[in-house]
Amino acid sequence: MTKQEAITNEEAEELRIGAFICECGVNIAGAVDCNAVADYISTLPNVTTAVVNKYTCSDAGQEEIKKAIKDLDLNRVLVASCTPKTHEPIFRACVEEAGLNPYLFEFVNIREHCSWIHMWEKEDATKKAKELVRMGVARAALLEPLQSSEVPVTNKALVIGAGVTGMQAAMDIGDMGFQVYLVEAGPSIGGKMAQLDKTFPTNDCSICILGPKMVEVNRNPNIEIMSYSEVEEVDGYVGNFDVKVKHKARYVDINLCSGCNSCVEKCPVEVPYWEFNEGIGTRKAVYVPFPQAVPLRALIDKSICIDCGACSKACERGAINMDQEDTFSELEVGVIVVCVGYDVYDPEPNHDFGFGLYDNVITTMEFERLINASGPTMGKVVRPSDVVQPKRIGFVQCVGSRDVNSNIYCSSFCCMASLKNAQLIKEKYPDTEVYIMYMDMRTPFRMYEEFYNRARDMDIHFIRGRPAEVTENEDKNIIARIEDTLTNKIENLELDMMVLSVGAVSPESTEKIRQILKVSRAADGFMMEAHPKLKPVDTTLDGIFIGGMTQGPKDIPYSISQGSACAARATRFLAQGKALTEGITIAVDEDICVGCGVCVPMCPFQALKMDDDGKLEIIKALCKGCGTCAVACPSGALQQSHYKNNQILAQVKEVFAYEEV
Amino acid sequence: MADNNDWEPKIVAFCCNWCSYGGADTAGMGRFQQPASTRVIRVMCSGRIDPLHVYNAFLEGADAVLVTGCHLGDCHYVNGNEKTELKYQFLEEMVKQLGLEPERLYLNWISASEGERFANFINDVTAKVKEIGPSPLKPEGVS
Repeated sequence: MTKQEAITNEEAEELRIGAFICECGVNIAGAVDCNAVADYISTLPNVTTAVVNKYTCSDAGQEEIKKAIKDLDLNRVLVASCTPKTHEPIFRACVEEAGLNPYLFEFVNIREHCSWIHMWEKEDATKKAKELVRMGVARAALLEPLQSSEVPVTNKALVIGAGVTGMQAAMDIGDMGFQVYLVEAGPSIGGKMAQLDKTFPTNDCSICILGPKMVEVNRNPNIEIMSYSEVEEVDGYVGNFDVKVKHKARYVDINLCSGCNSCVEKCPVEVPYWEFNEGIGTRKAVYVPFPQAVPLRALIDKSICIDCGACSKACERGAINMDQEDTFSELEVGVIVVCVGYDVYDPEPNHDFGFGLYDNVITTMEFERLINASGPTMGKVVRPSDVVQPKRIGFVQCVGSRDVNSNIYCSSFCCMASLKNAQLIKEKYPDTEVYIMYMDMRTPFRMYEEFYNRARDMDIHFIRGRPAEVTENEDKNIIARIEDTLTNKIENLELDMMVLSVGAVSPESTEKIRQILKVSRAADGFMMEAHPKLKPVDTTLDGIFIGGMTQGPKDIPYSISQGSACAARATRFLAQGKALTEGITIAVDEDICVGCGVCVPMCPFQALKMDDDGKLEIIKALCKGCGTCAVACPSGALQQSHYKNNQILAQVKEVFAYEEV
Repeated sequence: MADNNDWEPKIVAFCCNWCSYGGADTAGMGRFQQPASTRVIRVMCSGRIDPLHVYNAFLEGADAVLVTGCHLGDCHYVNGNEKTELKYQFLEEMVKQLGLEPERLYLNWISASEGERFANFINDVTAKVKEIGPSPLKPEGVS
């Protein structure tokens, strides 16, 4: 025990614990007899008062806590309610307002960990709640005051991913006057929206509304676009992230290139253009991503380049540089916004509805490129097998969505996407027969249901059902055997082309950045928000936010709203210029420590080191409070504050009792 | 001791703040019903779970102890769970030395979104422990 601690303990006042048991309406009280819990708890040592509240977190509940602290001179407060993951900061702030150190507050979870999982076992649930609170009381008695420290915030932001969501986030943060690094893995900003033909429910041209936005992002003096770049490492914490970004070699000097395409014309190597045109049409080994690209600069695909030098000769500006190598930047930022988007579901491995077996079964994304006026066919819709315009087109909904064999979630945008594409065909080729084969049409939000009605008025055939069997005939036409479950009629529908309305999946390529940032992954594979309702763009990590499809399937307006939301949430830290870090860190009792150094390599943050005199030095600013080193300490000299051995063991002990409760 | 069917074991689950504790929360949010056998003790990282804690849990009367954390690669503190994995080998040996059945100690990685996985885990472990009965180390008179 250090001298300081000894003094504190000598002066230790009598423990006065106030326990507040929340009924949470019927969420807890429905399974736990909260009055019985309070009665039991009030008999325990050091408990001054045990009170039941309808809603402890409400204004009235919090006032009651504050009043009790003052009136009863409480020096520890325990709340038994929901999860500390959402409510611990609220109650810590509450006790602090009443003059108590926030770390003298103890939280017991009797909702998620008790009433909600023992809904029909009231007796068991009540007994368990009593024990959980008893454990909490024992721990509360041993809590010690801690100080959280205020750290300065670097007033710059990193936005990862420059699709429409990331662009919006970057623009909003930039417009609020803070510098933004916008890192995009692809050679141009714009994301998936740049590939789409038109957008529902207005049917305006996607690139016509996105293009100006891309230019605006480029022009914003506070935004630095880092295209063809990837985040490699992230270190630090809220307010002080150190980020290493890799700039992949383009083999073209973007300061010299003007995007004139003369190198492209001369390049003799041609491959299918998968990255932007879904393999329809081709690109060269040297290419400009698309006509509206930002930055409008060429790049060379080294994997197929034959080093013939034709591009170099063609480039008047001398921008081609075959010796270029990957370069790296070290950035310091205060906040990070992750908008890394989605992939469309790939029906190839399972050959869903004959995809990959029959030429004329394509995906929505391929269709978008086919009907796009600046696409590889200049907007002429033709089917792959014979490049002839199809007269009968069918859309199959929920491919890779709402299916136990792929993804159980609804991808939310595909119904509207097919309604839009069906309308576009009807407008372009009115004599085409168009079918939409669906399970349920889902069209929430403004003007969406009206859009659906409009499609119905356009002589588009809706069949409630999806093909049970898909085959191909000798003309390469698709035969979809389908039951219309509204009429119970089964028919063999002959189509010239079938479009699979594929849903969204979390891209494998974003798994790396998720792991670098340590953002949780939800069951559906997308990144997980801090709270499904109250904190939709926050993560459990301070200073890191997720927006748009990163969190799950969304349409464009919703994604843009989230981009703005991320900007607002993130900018709070930048505007305040400071953030609070957790007071939970490691401390060494120098009287006990023998300087063996076993703990030093345990710390992944280099917060521990042996000084020249062989004494252990703790660099508090680097300690993140995991407590792993404390376990390694053979003498017990290292203790993690707030999770000291005696605090944990007190809880362990109180799991068990010698008397019936 | 009561009949095994009526008897509810006491299981101590050490959960890390970021993943498995969240998994237990998600189980609650999803209303995945579980036997009232388990008492969760929260630590910041599974790397904080000390063999001392596990040892004490058994001495106090735990019928089983669960060591849980983030999936490997997902640790909020880079690699605390990898250290937990190493320590777990020691814990297995300790359980053997204590004369306990291996069915009394478990290691599981559960993410914050895996509520159903958490609930299934508790259900499975509780059933297994019910089969083997109360811990021989349980002090007399302890519930």
